[in-house]
Amino acid sequence: MATHVLMPALSPEMKFGRLTKWLKREGDRVEAGDILAEIETDKATMEIEAGEAGVLERILAPEGAEKIEVNTPIAVIARAEPGAAEPQSGAAPAQAPADENFATLRITMRDALREALAEEMRRDPAVFVLGEEVGEGHGAPKVTHGLLQEFGARRVVDAPISEHAFAGLGVGAAMAGLRPVIEFMSFNFALQAMDHIVNSAAKTLYMSGGALNIPIVFRGPNGARARVGAQHAQDFSAWFAHVPGLKVVAPYSAADAKGLLKAAIRDPNPVIFLEHEQLYGQSFPAPRGGDHLVPIGAANIARAGRDITLVAYSHGVGLALKAAERLAEEEIEAEVIDLRTLRPLDMPTILGSVAKTGRCVVVDEGWPQGGIASEVSARLMEEAFDDLDAPVLRVTGKDVPMPYAANLEKLALPTEGDIVVAAKKALYLKT
Amino acid sequence: MAAASYGPPEGGESRLAAFLGDGDELSAFRAMLLIRRFEEKAGQLFGMGLIGGFCHLYIGQEAVVVGMRLAARETDQFIASYRHHGHLLACGVDPRAILAEMTGRRGGLSGGKGGSMHMFAPELDYFGGHGIVGAQASIGAGLAFANAYRDDGRVCVCFFGDGAADQGQVAETFNMAALWRLPIVFCIENNRLAPPGGQRPEFARRGAAFDIPGESIDGMDVHAVREAGGRAIARARAGEGPSILEMRTERYRGHSLGDPAKYRRKDEERGVHAPDPIERLKEKILASGGADEAAFKRLDAQVRAIVAEAADYAATSPEPDASELATDLWL
Repeated sequence: MATHVLMPALSPEMKFGRLTKWLKREGDRVEAGDILAEIETDKATMEIEAGEAGVLERILAPEGAEKIEVNTPIAVIARAEPGAAEPQSGAAPAQAPADENFATLRITMRDALREALAEEMRRDPAVFVLGEEVGEGHGAPKVTHGLLQEFGARRVVDAPISEHAFAGLGVGAAMAGLRPVIEFMSFNFALQAMDHIVNSAAKTLYMSGGALNIPIVFRGPNGARARVGAQHAQDFSAWFAHVPGLKVVAPYSAADAKGLLKAAIRDPNPVIFLEHEQLYGQSFPAPRGGDHLVPIGAANIARAGRDITLVAYSHGVGLALKAAERLAEEEIEAEVIDLRTLRPLDMPTILGSVAKTGRCVVVDEGWPQGGIASEVSARLMEEAFDDLDAPVLRVTGKDVPMPYAANLEKLALPTEGDIVVAAKKALYLKT
Repeated sequence: MAAASYGPPEGGESRLAAFLGDGDELSAFRAMLLIRRFEEKAGQLFGMGLIGGFCHLYIGQEAVVVGMRLAARETDQFIASYRHHGHLLACGVDPRAILAEMTGRRGGLSGGKGGSMHMFAPELDYFGGHGIVGAQASIGAGLAFANAYRDDGRVCVCFFGDGAADQGQVAETFNMAALWRLPIVFCIENNRLAPPGGQRPEFARRGAAFDIPGESIDGMDVHAVREAGGRAIARARAGEGPSILEMRTERYRGHSLGDPAKYRRKDEERGVHAPDPIERLKEKILASGGADEAAFKRLDAQVRAIVAEAADYAATSPEPDASELATDLWL
């Protein structure tokens, strides 16, 4: 039996796409999750993966084909054994119904964020993006690529290198009812703007007795970028999560990033949106549906397990998932919780998991003292003491500024190996 | 004084009528007097221990905010520092709500949770009240950015002192305001008391590097303020960008009550430098025959009654309910 792989829609507005590259050839056996091809529109590049195993029987859209209409079949996959595939007639098959398309779309974190911005800017004319090089330069993390062309310089505003004042300008624009999305080239530079984030954005609703809210998003890359040294590689999650009045979001997957950024832009409060330097180029399964929203304040169980809970966020979730795979090889079933939001913390989800497993390791790329891991650990001690069979352990960045030397940098950051060791320690197993 | 320009562009009842009357000369006098008497009362309540923490009085500088209020439209935004009780009154906020906020009571403008420095009245286009020196410059530029974004013809009037003018974010803001030709007027209320002291005559020229025009104005003369304010606001409204107005003014009291203010000039020096703005206007009105002493006495009694009522309200309004502790964190 054969199935058609269709040209997917990357957004509700998309009508055509271009097939840039086939990664499999006709006759290749494909497994579920294998990348079949790359497609692009004027706004984004995506990968298409196979939904289940089979043989790529026929490629209908050749590499470089332009203006392929959405839902047009681009390939045929035989689901059965190679020889048993149904022969195809010479003519291109008619459009297949959408439910026959078992290919899964993949998307990078960067493209997911761009989609979220573009969709929200289309939805609400009060939304604008402001930051260094967000227009002509597409932003340092390239998240704003193409936005200037679609929305113009009025709504995609290139700011001078003035983090302190443009953060304040964003707060003022939000006071006047606009929906600013302020991009920091890096959250390291947000320290210049800390005064407005904390004193102006976070506190005004409270200080005004509820009269004046600040609907603003501060977003940009956070965390350890490789080989940039101490002043450009730091996880500021705990700094922002400390402040009442802020919401703090730190997604791991592209779909969550998209849904959370859209939710952040619609939120009437100031939201700190922490993207991770090392996740921008990573591909994840793309969200389905047009208006993908993920609620702020809800953690996600990224992997279910009964023996130990691994709590992580952002880039650390990837490490925790890999650690969980290694633990599974030793028949230890780890449950991985992706916090997604750091303020408000979804304690019910964490407590529910720990009630089941009795053990917990918290992964945090930041410094250990007063960190996210410390907070989760303290709350578990206070709220789940009777459920715990072992002390909660933290796997964090080391208590040093980020070193430059490759070997030292590696030592300064948490690894999946560190998580495995901590998990076994919490399980009182030999490592 | 010419007919008021502050009224709502759409017509109808002015929300500033209670503060500014018809906008004529006598109304301007009354507005300045209200601020003066209000601040004197605040000083008394502070002395009685009813107002805690900081209490930054505006006494001496009244002509600046009243002159700018006369020059601006009702829907132009005002934003100021922590020394802003006069600005709140000038935007039409109920004196009772301001004073009750200063005493930390339920009837205060922020429900008692803001305090003297932190009050906002967005429905009256007043956006605070900022306790961090210079913060209102960049936030004010954001209000102006929104005006330009919407192309709605509104102008932001942003007040800060000679001290705030030295903050880095103010220079950053001048750069952006000039770059994007934001409709904003920066009013530097130069009372010459900010550190490091000494003569610093350059405030009107602080925008020169950004091609922002500046004017130095006698901030003790409500007419001069109004006229210069009118020019700068018209320029901003016409899309020609920001202006800086240095308002040379005098603050009669310490930085905050509780500050011994040993650095302040002696009264006699002050009097020579600039006559009191309220007395000055009164003499002008008397000389022109616009009103007589009896009329001024009636006005003073009227203003004192408003302030006395506000003080009574501020002293008797209950403290916020304990349940308010953790409200207003998120909308």
